[in-house]
Amino acid sequence: MLPSPFTFAKPTTIADAIEAVGDSGEGMFYSGGTELLLAMKMRVIHTERLVDIKGIPGLDRIVLNDANEIEIGSRCTHKRIAADPAIREHAPALSTLCDNVANVRVRSVGTIGGNMCFGEPHADPPTMLAALNARLVLQGPTGVRFVHADEFIRSELETVREPNELLTMIVFPRPTGPVTYRRFKHGERPSVNVAMAWSMEARGGAIKTARVRVGALGSRPQSLKIVESALEGCPVAGARAAIEAVLADALDELDVNDDRHGGADYKRHLAGVLLLRNAEAAMTRGEMSR
Amino acid sequence: MKHMLPISFSLNGRTVSMEIPAHTLLIDLVRDELGLKGTKRSCDMEVCGACTMLLDGDPISSCTTLAVDVDQREVTTIEGVTPPDGLSRVQEAFVLHGGLQCGFCTPGFIMAVTALLKAKPQPTDEEIRHYLHGNLCRCTGYVKIFEAVKSLVTEHVSEDAA
Repeated sequence: MLPSPFTFAKPTTIADAIEAVGDSGEGMFYSGGTELLLAMKMRVIHTERLVDIKGIPGLDRIVLNDANEIEIGSRCTHKRIAADPAIREHAPALSTLCDNVANVRVRSVGTIGGNMCFGEPHADPPTMLAALNARLVLQGPTGVRFVHADEFIRSELETVREPNELLTMIVFPRPTGPVTYRRFKHGERPSVNVAMAWSMEARGGAIKTARVRVGALGSRPQSLKIVESALEGCPVAGARAAIEAVLADALDELDVNDDRHGGADYKRHLAGVLLLRNAEAAMTRGEMSR
Repeated sequence: MKHMLPISFSLNGRTVSMEIPAHTLLIDLVRDELGLKGTKRSCDMEVCGACTMLLDGDPISSCTTLAVDVDQREVTTIEGVTPPDGLSRVQEAFVLHGGLQCGFCTPGFIMAVTALLKAKPQPTDEEIRHYLHGNLCRCTGYVKIFEAVKSLVTEHVSEDAA
């Protein structure tokens, strides 16, 4: 199907892009269009004006900054992130994740920023970025604000971003311990996914802190606080047992939808399986880094 | 309200300059305006790969690409990889190995395999499967397609060895 007509702007600065989108919701930012154009073709989204951000320099940068954080420009494609040397060195699990988003054509043009802004619950990056404790940089007409990845998605297909705020960058601290991601999917979108990031005690051998996020079950990624507490200070070799001891209680706390990906009980069970597979992978890497 | 925009791009090595409405999709421009019917529309939602074209060498879903996005860039379609007097080595391999049944998905597969072998002339079995994961064959002839691709890899090795 054809999208209904719109006008098209290709500004070269962030300020011009924000102005072109306008403050009464008539325009939308556009980059890869892998989600947006689909919705426009199905006529569930209409816009008067598409504002292409691909002509703005700097939004496709990936750098390790002076504060030891990784900055990823919002319009970096999945392909670009998967192949980036800094991401492969410092966050290989994110590189692998991006190398497995949807299919090769979507990865050629689809961007990590667009993926986040669409707020699709069955997506790979939001769960990982929440586990990595990422912040999203939003630039609007009056200034810049930072939103934690945990807070960014408000509900299904809805984020806290205002229509005239441009997501310019995603920033997260350089991981210092194992980061893992596992998913189960039907078709191309994850039915359930789990991401886990550990920081390690200075002398190794024990986990200092753990961030565990489960995605695609409700409207946005959820933390497993009980598991995170159980892993704090836990020796790496005991991680799996520590998780198993609290797993049933932890899974009970999850808010799980029934949807076409499966019933709530089934998907809750899958989350547990995927969490333990994350643990196995993290334990191997944790032992290796000693 | 039709916002007309000038675009100029390379289509299979030939420069095309024209004015188009902003909401024109690449597949419609190429098939209906420019008359190249080799590219097939099937799922219309970036899942099946039948409409695969190459944009600056990267595979894209032309059903969900705005034509304005190819301005100043290079587009390659199935017509562009087919020599005037025969078949490309990828097409030849599909014929030899029976890598097609009804043929509707074939142009998309040929484009994807062409891009894969350009990016990685010696893909592993796993890399072939991973790259082609997003191309669907509803006749489910995947084994023959895989064997066709595999034959190109082996052929390349023996050339090197010689």
